[in-house]
Amino acid sequence: MAQTAVPSTPAGERPAPVRIPLRQVLPWAVFAAVLGLVLIYFVGAEQGATSLISGNWVHEFTHDGRHLLGFPCH
Amino acid sequence: MMRTLLVRGMLAGLAAAALALLVAWLYGEPQVEHAIAFEEAHAAHEGHGGHEDEVVSRTVQKTAGLITALGVYGVALGGLFAIAFAVAYGRVGAFGARATAALVALGGFVAVELVPFLKYPPTPPAVGNPDTIGGRTALYFGMVALGVLSVVAAVLVFRRLLPKLGAWNAAIATTAGFAVVLALVYRLTPKPDAVADGFPATVLWDFRIASLGVQVVLWATLGLVFGVLAEHSFQRRPSPAAMAA
Repeated sequence: MAQTAVPSTPAGERPAPVRIPLRQVLPWAVFAAVLGLVLIYFVGAEQGATSLISGNWVHEFTHDGRHLLGFPCH
Repeated sequence: MMRTLLVRGMLAGLAAAALALLVAWLYGEPQVEHAIAFEEAHAAHEGHGGHEDEVVSRTVQKTAGLITALGVYGVALGGLFAIAFAVAYGRVGAFGARATAALVALGGFVAVELVPFLKYPPTPPAVGNPDTIGGRTALYFGMVALGVLSVVAAVLVFRRLLPKLGAWNAAIATTAGFAVVLALVYRLTPKPDAVADGFPATVLWDFRIASLGVQVVLWATLGLVFGVLAEHSFQRRPSPAAMAA
């Protein structure tokens, strides 16, 4: 129970959560947002409303996931 | 610290996708099959010659295709979840890692799933006019964006009202305001839904409930698993602020 690793915390009190500085979060946020949105686009919308790759293989391959995750499919 | 959280977010997302996959197979796939059977009977009746050319077979669609789609979606969602958690931790209140993760999961579910679900619910195969797919996709993602914005706004408003009204009344006022905004948006946005004549209502209902179930399991698992993983990483390194990225 005792958080001996945090010296500034008074005994018997739960340590207040230490915020992660936004400046530290930002580059990772940009990275995760770009990567995550591209991935979600390919699962959810490619070769549906818009199409970067010709054909409909991506659409057909992710077909069931697209329907069950709730994306408009066709 | 952020690197650890991001990796753990993606792992939690993968675990969540695995459980969601079970729900999709047990409850979703039977409804997809019913819908496709209806679609093919309908096409045969209209004289389209029945079967279209299959680019990907049904077997691949419901195994490798579904696994890939859910896995990729889970990893992507887990990464974004880790970022949302990193911003929320210590800022939404004096909650520990597990409680913060659970709250972020609840907020994320409402923003990304529930808000769009209530206006633009998922549709099984054979439901929806292919000519309106562009508009429907734009409306759907617009509703996701609105869900995210309105949940973030609700959190900020709640924090502002908290000292004046106390937790109970601030929560009621915020929820009521959230509901009024949503009710107005739902009333004003168009609904280009096209359910084919004779499509079984039970299949439509069961499909939508199954889809909601997939998302509930996905978000719940993500929040709970990530909470545990994040707490462990904080215990190993007690001061995240002191750690360099």
